[in-house]
This record gives sequence, C-alpha cells and structure tokens, in this order.
Amino acid sequence: MQFERREAPFISPTTNVASMMRQVIYALIPAALAYVWYFGAGFIFNLVIASFFCLLGEAVMLRLRGRPVEETLLDYSALVTAVLLAFAMPALTPWWVTATAALFGMVVAKHLYGGLGYNLFNPAMAGYVMALVAFPMHMNLWTAPRMGDIDYHFMTIAETARYTMTGTLPDYLSFDAISRATPLDFVKAGLNDMQTFEELRAYPVMGDFGGRGWEWIGNFTAIGGGWLLLRKIIRWQIPFGVLAGLLVPSGLAYFLFPGVHPSPGFHLFTGGTILCAFFIATDPVSAATSTRGRLIYGFGIGFLIYAIREWGSYADGVAFAVLLMNIAVPAIDYLTKPHIVGHAGNSDGPVP
Amino acid sequence: MSTPAATYDLGKLHGGLRLPAEKTVSTSIEIQQVPIPDQLALPIQQHVGEPAQPVVGVGEHVLKGQLVAESYGTLSAPIHASSSGKIVAIEPWPVSRRFGENAPCIIIECDGDDRAIEPSEELAPYNTFEPNVLLDRIRQGGIVGLGGAVFPTGQKLMQAATMPLEFLILNGVECEPYISCDDLLMREQAAEVLGGAQILMHALQLPTCYVVIESDKPEAISAIGEAMGELGDERFVLKQVPTIYPSGGEDQLVQLVTNREVPSGGLPTDVGCVVHNVGTAAAVYRWICDGEPLISRVTTVTGPGVRSPMNVMARIGTTIADVVSLAGGYNEGASQLIVGGPMCGKSVTTDRVPVVKATNCVLVLTELPAQSVPQPCIRCGECATVCPIQLLPQQLYWHACADNESKLRWYGLTDCIECGCCDLVCPSNIPLTAEFRNAKARIQEFEDEKARAERARLRFESRNERLEQEQARREQQLREQKDAALKAGPSAIDEILKRKDSGDDEGGD
Repeated sequence: MQFERREAPFISPTTNVASMMRQVIYALIPAALAYVWYFGAGFIFNLVIASFFCLLGEAVMLRLRGRPVEETLLDYSALVTAVLLAFAMPALTPWWVTATAALFGMVVAKHLYGGLGYNLFNPAMAGYVMALVAFPMHMNLWTAPRMGDIDYHFMTIAETARYTMTGTLPDYLSFDAISRATPLDFVKAGLNDMQTFEELRAYPVMGDFGGRGWEWIGNFTAIGGGWLLLRKIIRWQIPFGVLAGLLVPSGLAYFLFPGVHPSPGFHLFTGGTILCAFFIATDPVSAATSTRGRLIYGFGIGFLIYAIREWGSYADGVAFAVLLMNIAVPAIDYLTKPHIVGHAGNSDGPVP
Repeated sequence: MSTPAATYDLGKLHGGLRLPAEKTVSTSIEIQQVPIPDQLALPIQQHVGEPAQPVVGVGEHVLKGQLVAESYGTLSAPIHASSSGKIVAIEPWPVSRRFGENAPCIIIECDGDDRAIEPSEELAPYNTFEPNVLLDRIRQGGIVGLGGAVFPTGQKLMQAATMPLEFLILNGVECEPYISCDDLLMREQAAEVLGGAQILMHALQLPTCYVVIESDKPEAISAIGEAMGELGDERFVLKQVPTIYPSGGEDQLVQLVTNREVPSGGLPTDVGCVVHNVGTAAAVYRWICDGEPLISRVTTVTGPGVRSPMNVMARIGTTIADVVSLAGGYNEGASQLIVGGPMCGKSVTTDRVPVVKATNCVLVLTELPAQSVPQPCIRCGECATVCPIQLLPQQLYWHACADNESKLRWYGLTDCIECGCCDLVCPSNIPLTAEFRNAKARIQEFEDEKARAERARLRFESRNERLEQEQARREQQLREQKDAALKAGPSAIDEILKRKDSGDDEGGD
C-alpha cells in the first residue's frame, strides 16, 4: 500500500489568526454597547466608516503589493484596527477625519512596513495620532455623556449623521451646547485652577469613580479583556504592566501629595486606560514578545500614560505612549531574550 | 484529529503541551505476538553511528539470535537474526529514515522453525561479573536506546562509566500521543524492567535508580510498584510526573526529576545522571539473564487508520504490513503511515518498511487536515510560551527565512529538540519545526563545507611548503656545487670542461 509523505508534527494547530481577531472583536461588544448608550450613535457611524476605509486601504495595498487580497482581508486584522479606531475617535467625528486616520493606519503604518506581522507601530494608534495632529479641532470635540449636565442636548441619530457627513450642526445647535470637556480635561483644567481633586470630584461629570459614562465603558471593556485572558488570546503580562505602570506612580503621587493629583482609581477608569491595557497594548505584532519583555513594555506604556496626563499638554496619552513603546520593542526584545535551557546564565555575548 | 487542549504550566520544565493522549484505544488488550513472517528485512544501520558490517553471505543459513552484522567503528551496534532461515539477499530496501528512502538490509527467508543459536557464553547471575566485563557483554547484545534515539547502549554506558554519577533514571514517560508500548511493557514485564535496571546499576556502580512514570499510567505505576515491593531493593525510587509533552525527552526528564539542566551540547552524565528507557532495561535483562540479544520489541500499532489498535511483540525486521495485518488491517481511508508518534515520527510511503529497533509506534492516520497556507507571523509569542528549551521560535523563524546563520546560533537553533510544540500553537500555521530542521541541515552543510575548505586549504598550504622546501633544497645543492667548483679553482674548471669535450668526442660518430 502507498501512503502520502508529510513532515512532523502530524497534529494540526487549532488556532488561527482569523479566529483570534474575531474573538478580540467579540470581546469589545459590551464596551461598544456602553459607548453607544452614553455617547450616541456617532460610534456606529465611526465604526462603519473606519471599517470601510481600513478594508479599502488594506485591499488596495495588498493589490499593489501583489499579495492575496481575499484571504488576507478575511484574517480580520484590518477590522480590529477599525474597531479600535472607532473606540478612540470622539463620538462625533466628520467622516473624512476617521477616513484619514483609517487610511494612514493601514497604508502607512501597516503596509509600508510590510503588512501584518511586520508593522513596527500599532496601526490604529498611528492613525489616531495622525488625525489628532491634523484635525485638532475635530479630535478634541467631545459630546457630553447621557445623563450629564442638566442642560445637555443628547444628539439624535439624524443630527449625528448630518454632522458626520458634513461637519456642520443644524442651525438650532451650537458646539457650545453639545460639547463638554472630558473628565481628563476637566480635572487637568481644574487642578491648574488651584482646585483640589476632592473638590473636582463633587461635579457630576466626574461620575462615581472615573467620569460619567467613561467609567462604565471602562468596566465593560475590562469584562471583555478578562474574557480574552481566559481564552488565552492575550497573556496577563501586558495588561498587568500597563496598569501597574499607571497606578504605581499615580498612587504614590495621590497619597504623598494629597489634593493636587487625581486618584489612581480615576486614572484607571477614565480615558482609554483599560482599552489600552487589554486591547491596544496587547496587539501582538507591535508588542514585545518575551515574558519579561512584555512586562517592561506594558509598564513603559502605563508610565508614559501617567507622564503625559500629568505633565503633557494632551489630556490623555494612550496613543503616544503606545507608539513610543512600539519604538522600544526591538531593544526590549533583544535585552530580554530568555535564558536558553542548558546554557549557563544568559551571557551568550552580544548579538552578532 | 481532535483538538489539543493547550495548558502549559508545570513544575520545573518550561512550556510543553497537554496533548490528547489517544492511548486507551491500544491499551485495552495485552501485548500480542506477531507470528514469524515469511521474510525479515534487517537494516544494517538501526542505531546512531556507523552501520554494522554483515558477517554472513547470501545463501547462508542462520539461527535465531545469530550475529549477522558486527559493530564497526567506535559507535555502532551489532545486528542479530530475529528468526532462523536463509539469507536470500543483502540489498537496498525501503526503510524509515530522515534522508533517503532505501538502505542496505539483510533479507532472511524464514524457515518457520525459529530455532535459536546456543549462547556462546555460559549464562551467570549478573552480579558475578565485574562491572567492566558486564559493560562489554551489554555491548555485544546489539542493544540500543529503545525510546527512539537508538544510541548504542554499550557505548552510552561506557561513556557514563568514566563520569561521576549519582542517579540512574529509568524513563517510563511516554509522552507522545498514541504510543503505549512502554506502558504495556511496564504492566506486563515489570520484573524484567527492574531486573535490567539492577544490571545497569551494577555495571555503573550506581546507588540510586529513579523509575519515572507519567501520572496517566496508573496500571504501569502499580505494576512497577508491586515489582519493587517483591524485589525489596532499597535503591529504587518510583517517581510520578505530570502528563506533559515533551517531558519524556532525555534532557527534559533530567530537568524534571533533578532540577538540573543538561548543558547545551552535553549529556545527562555531565550532571550526574544516566537515562535509559524502560524498554532498553528489559532488553538488557533478556540479554544478560536469558542470553537473547535484541531481536524483538514491543510496538504500538494504532491510529484511526487501523482496525483494532494494539501493542505487539514483533521480531526486528518484520514488515509493517505484517504487523498491521495482525491488528486487523487498515481502515477505510488510511492515508498516512507514520513510524513513531504524531509529534516526532516520520511518515513513510510504503508498508514494506520493517520494524526496527527504533520503531516504538506505527501510526496510521486517515483524515488529512487540510494543509493550510502559512500566514505571516503575528509575533503572538505562543511558541515561546510552550518551548521547553525557552527558545524564541518566532525570532528563529525570522532568521531562518533570512538564512542568517550567526543570528540563528545566537538564538539557540542548535538547542532546538524539534519537539513540535511551537507548530501546534501557531495561529499562523507556520511549519516551524520543519523550518528549523531545514535550517539546521543548512548550517550542518555549511559547517561541512567549511571543514572541507579548511582541509583543502591545509593540504594546499602544506603542498606549497613542501615545494618551497624542495626548491630551497635544490638551490642549496646548486650553490654548494658551485661553491665547491669555485673553491677548487680555474684548473679544476678547465679539467671539467676538458673532460666534457673529450666525452663529447667519444660520444660522437
């Protein structure tokens, strides 16, 4: 009898990139629902626009680079970028801002570096930063969360669609009526105005522990992150590192100099902290790979978020922190090469 | 194929995988004897090292247990006839090897009598032998490591005898899925296994023997435990280890049991241990106590492609076809034949391949998982999480693609044990182990080439040196002649010339 020839091992892997990416998307569904509830339908428009342009950018670049288009689109990695981008953008964003971010992320940050697996920078964060620098006015316009101030106007779907498509509001609405400072902006401005954190905390915008609306988006994001940890889609080192890198310095500052620093709890639940810890920093391609390296990488991101929030001119620093640590990844990987079993110590000399 | 539930945390061994065992299908009945086949094919190389040299001719009649090929060189093992019959050919025959499909085999046509040769030496209790005499005897039994590495046991022991040792570790950790031959051997022949261990301990003068068995073999554990109780030998210690692949690798087992790392490129003896498979111990026992060399072994015949999976006692040289037919033949759709387990085995294209000393398992698979196209590495690092050597397979893969030899070395390619764990957890479906195997072969080729070039350079240089010396010697000679002539003065020169002239005259017509 004749048989086929193959190479060992003869057991097939059970995971694949597409299923990992799909699970990342599923894990964000609770947070997305919370986002829509608190900030309105703008998130959905952003998501659709980001998805369209991410897929478009990926498809065109694959075509130009002579790579298989269909199979690669089906790995869902472009969609994950789109989802993260939609989470990062303000709920009310004109379509061209989102499109610019999506295309920059896909074309420049991802494909000009060689596509999935080769990109040095996290494409979603690169796109976000590009938009932040190019459209500062639009990117700093945040609406008030549902159940915010007494005089708030929660935008209808039609109003949101109109703004997304044209960048203008109906005559009866003004930017002042709909926009609000985010809790991070609010705290930064308040502390600069010589108010104490305890005083600021009393304002309704601060919610219960991390800003109205934001804290619940954070909670639901954490649930999704926990599910990814259980599924072993992500490992604990990076989330732990990010949270420790942010909470340790903010905790020290809060307890050593009371009143003039926000609490670690506020840092944790506001802005993009939890999304970053579980979903952005854990992008495997642009993260460090060894166990120790991941702790260092995560810690670096957490600390940079703290530093930017505390001393920088931007209210939140997730995107910059991630991009800065992306640059450090090759060095981290080199310096944290694990001890190879059977070799004394780890002194195998410098890399040739 | 069912899905491996990936859980990878364990004691002292890094990484590893919990794989579906798939063993119960073949452990429900006891070891079955394969009948004497019509023909036996004995490859002259069934061990690491030099092939054995045939000492019989075509047409000769041999008896069971008779030496048919003797060991040759410093690392080799003899081969014995596994049944009586006539040598009909010594020719290339399909075998299971990594490189090359065919290898020289001694083909015996069995007469069915199975008549055994008289032992050449008187059998005596093992402890009446001096340790070094015992070592030499073991070497003559054709015994090799039966766990799959097939390193000649005699040489392994002789090397070990030169080192300071603390433990004999008996490897009953059969960690690859499907394989259950050691399990059944321990269940049914525990006394032989321990008897062999006693011989090994005596040969190496060792005070302690750890018998290590995986926790998923309760029957084997109790059988060995009982046999230990009957022997009452205080030197034995039974150890259970968790069922994690690849804890049965020699170096991994040492690490698991003693928490010592075998140095890169070194041997377990460097850290005071010598490891033998339980099957090897039983073979040593049969040779020393019964006078039967290694002419048969237990093999698992299993997989979804086999009708009734089981363990068989097969004569070395029996073809896989004969073994499978004892196990009820092939199932519908059998499409892949693997010699060894599903992680490290080698696929063969024909079942004319014989069972050899290394054959611990014959695995027949049916459904072929679609060979999916490898996608780009996304650096998820799962491969590094499961690597028992703590390598970074994703970095190795990167440098293997770039053929960057020095980086590959720095990242420890040569330390890779090719266990296949990284392949199983790779979401991008990259055949990492195959890549590493090829990269190793390329490095080896490069090394060989370098060695050849070095030899050629030395030869060339020494030739040049020789020629220079020759030239210098000739010049020296000429100078000496000239000096001598000058010293003798003009008259002498005239005389020489004159003599030359007259000589010419004489020579003329």
